Amino acid sequence: MSEPLLEVRDLKKHFPVASLLFGKVRGWVKAVDGISFTINAGETLGLVGESGCGKTTTSKLILAAEEPTAGAIEFEGRNIVDLTDRDLMDYRRKVQVVFQDPYSSLSPRMRIGEIIGEPIQTHERVSLGEVRTRVGELLELVGLRPDMARLFPHEFSGGQRQRLAIARALSTNARLIVLDEPVSALDVSIRAHIIGLLEEIQARLGVSYLFIAHDLAAIAHISQQIAVMYLGKLVEVTDSLELCANPLHPYTKALFAASLPSHPDEEMKEIVLSGEVPSALNPPSGCRFHPRCPFVMPRCSKREPDLVEVSPGHKVACYLY
Amino acid sequence: MVKAVDGISFSLEAGETFGLVGESGCGKTTTCHSIVHLLPPSARIVSGRIELAGEDLVSKSQREMQKVRGRQIATILQDPMASLDPLFSIYNQVAEPAYYHQALRGSKLRHRVKELLAAVRIPSPEARMKEYPHQMSGGMRQRIVGAVAQAGGPKIIIADEPTTNLDVTIQLQYLNLLKDLQRASGVALIFVTHNLGIVAKMCDKVAVMYAGKIVEMQPVRGLFYHPRHPYTRALLDSIPKLGTKEPLYGIPGQPPDLADLPTGCSFHPRCQHASDRCRNQEPCEQSIGNGGTARCWLASEEFARE
Amino acid sequence: MATITRRMPLIIGVSQAVRRSSDVAREAPFIPLLVLTLLVFFAIFAPVIAPHSALDPVKPTREQCLAKYGMAACPYVDNVPPFWAHEGSVRTPLGTDFLGRDVLSRLMYGARISLVVALTGTLVAGVIGTLLGVLAGYLGRWWDQIIMRITDAWLTMPSLVFAILLSSVRGPGLWNIVVILALVFWSRYARVARGEVLTIRERDFVKLAEINGVRKLRIIFRHIVPNVINSVMVVFSLQVGVAVIIEASLSFLGVGVPPPEPSWGLMMAQERESLMEGKWWLAVFPGICITMLVLSANMLGDWLRVRLDPQLRNR
Repeated sequence: MSEPLLEVRDLKKHFPVASLLFGKVRGWVKAVDGISFTINAGETLGLVGESGCGKTTTSKLILAAEEPTAGAIEFEGRNIVDLTDRDLMDYRRKVQVVFQDPYSSLSPRMRIGEIIGEPIQTHERVSLGEVRTRVGELLELVGLRPDMARLFPHEFSGGQRQRLAIARALSTNARLIVLDEPVSALDVSIRAHIIGLLEEIQARLGVSYLFIAHDLAAIAHISQQIAVMYLGKLVEVTDSLELCANPLHPYTKALFAASLPSHPDEEMKEIVLSGEVPSALNPPSGCRFHPRCPFVMPRCSKREPDLVEVSPGHKVACYLY
Repeated sequence: MVKAVDGISFSLEAGETFGLVGESGCGKTTTCHSIVHLLPPSARIVSGRIELAGEDLVSKSQREMQKVRGRQIATILQDPMASLDPLFSIYNQVAEPAYYHQALRGSKLRHRVKELLAAVRIPSPEARMKEYPHQMSGGMRQRIVGAVAQAGGPKIIIADEPTTNLDVTIQLQYLNLLKDLQRASGVALIFVTHNLGIVAKMCDKVAVMYAGKIVEMQPVRGLFYHPRHPYTRALLDSIPKLGTKEPLYGIPGQPPDLADLPTGCSFHPRCQHASDRCRNQEPCEQSIGNGGTARCWLASEEFARE
Repeated sequence: MATITRRMPLIIGVSQAVRRSSDVAREAPFIPLLVLTLLVFFAIFAPVIAPHSALDPVKPTREQCLAKYGMAACPYVDNVPPFWAHEGSVRTPLGTDFLGRDVLSRLMYGARISLVVALTGTLVAGVIGTLLGVLAGYLGRWWDQIIMRITDAWLTMPSLVFAILLSSVRGPGLWNIVVILALVFWSRYARVARGEVLTIRERDFVKLAEINGVRKLRIIFRHIVPNVINSVMVVFSLQVGVAVIIEASLSFLGVGVPPPEPSWGLMMAQERESLMEGKWWLAVFPGICITMLVLSANMLGDWLRVRLDPQLRNR
């Protein structure tokens, strides 16, 4: 086992909702409401959840693009909220991101060499020649050719662009890369390439990933640990193979049921959830999932269940256990 | 001249769900657009027939097609916000096809709209009718699009990636809904998607498209258990399966540029089993038992996988 | 319901005109391009190819002096009609004006003035306006408020009237006109640039640069400005025509380029009465030049707008 690289403790992010006329705060959107998890060096944590669950906000908090309302994010032992300019820049160097849309994540009027080299130039004092060499190495690392550095983004396909985005994320020897739905916009056959590339890079360079997606199968493949998120809270956290073999939380079970069969005769447990995801402005009382839960009990609406370890390494927030 | 669709043939039976599978640029959306005559001005149907209940659609004028669209064939597209007009109420939009194609008016029309909304499981339809698309969630909007599609009483619904923008659990609700609608009304469904999981769940018969041609067409079980075309096999292999960390195999290379297709079989540059014949001669459709076809020189040589 | 079965037994081949973005470009409109190139050519090479000086009268021939004044020699021969008319001469193909100066040469030198003034003025306006618009759009908050309120106010002023006002303050002169044009027109660019920036600012590659800690200045100049240039170029090409007309109008009204400079607008102003006296060539030719320049610039700008827009959507 490796040491923890990133530790998140009771992280909260509430956005104020102001009333139109007087700007008085009407309420709070509790996008992230007390989540805790750990990412170890060289490992991947998959964060799975549907729209509105708060995973995007979580990624912004980790990237220091937003400030937490409460809680701690500790990277290499230091809380990033306390970091000042120089250390913050160092943090930004070590934590990079790859976004979902390959068509808007690369600056259209810059050459690839400059795009990939920009983080290097922002963070380090190196000569242009060295930048060029490193860019060439990065391109090879992601399966492209160094001479492509002089091309523009529109000359590449979607899958290739994601590779370029990955190359850029690796340019400063980052230790953690946040991947926000990196393969959702790609064709099926290309996804396999990108996932394979990411796994290979992790094996070679020991970089950690926070892999955010809604596709369970892809997440399960690449992650060592998976955290399931619903309406701002984590409902289940465990090792990925264990999760696939033994999902405990009803929402997790529903997610598995909703993932499509891999062949026509596969027996899928039909758990169809009723209703829609409620708004984060007014979450249900007690367990947030209780209005849609097929196994709801009276105590579920009274108090929120804590995330407890019910078997080694397997945490669930549910009164069934 | 780019051949977006190059010689495809298939047939659809009443009440059947037909899956049209392929990746971006393979021509599946163009096929659907040509069925309803909604091709962009730069595109033309060069040859072929589309027969609906004995009538040829290709030779119809736009005016004649207006009677076909909505009445006989309806569509459900990927982005519900693009399919619904933000300025008109839900009632207005669901009622429109029923008004034009079924000639319903007044209280009969209201009743029909309520029926349609209930059929797509919109809660409290009376209240919802007065609302506008922006007041609803993505899943609900897509269900309303389904109601609009049903409103004209069509025999065929073409669904072009209707669940791509939806969350996974909502997608399951929606797919089940489509299946129920189908059972209730006997409508035939053409389901266009790149997701083989949807195909496994929903379809009776499947065609796989690549570079404008159908490279394999089989009943769904045949496709999954005995795929005959290397592209189909590669697609099936590239999908991560829950619960295992078996290595994934992507297909090397890129989909071809339709303006610059390879000689012979369009797939040969990416195919592990390509032979000289594949490089020089375009394969014709070979029949492979069970009513299916495959465009591959190796299909007839018992290339099935276990 | 025996007729539900639907079959597609035969082949559908659907052909499309090639849709790749590089082929979307319609060819640039040929005539406007030709006209503009010609005008630029004349403007640059006027000193070399103009048959006569633009400021000094043409030295007349003995025959001309005799015919006109009945004298053997004279300092100039005024109001000679174009060469195809009676009394015209091929030496002065488009005739001479009231001071005996060759119209064709003056037109060629005049091209310099129109183009220099219009292009420079529009360019300066473009640079100032775009910069202000980008700052307003990207930095937001009070930068945005202040700059945009000024822009809005500026835009309400009718351009010609404003230009006249400014020129009465600054006085006539070539470079004064350039300054005036810049002052009058910058606000149009600011508006357009700001709008574009608001969209670009939300795109992933900008957010990524911000997350990465790239300095704001670099983000503005390397990421935002190059992507705004497209729209600004369209405004620019459409504004060139307007600038030409403003300059011509100012000169026409006597508050623009001062005589004896051969500004086309000035030429038209000076020869207003000549038009009624039947010496049509003195006012019509400059008018044709202005029209051709403005039309060409407009058509080119229009084509540019159409060409650039769908391409952006084509990714």
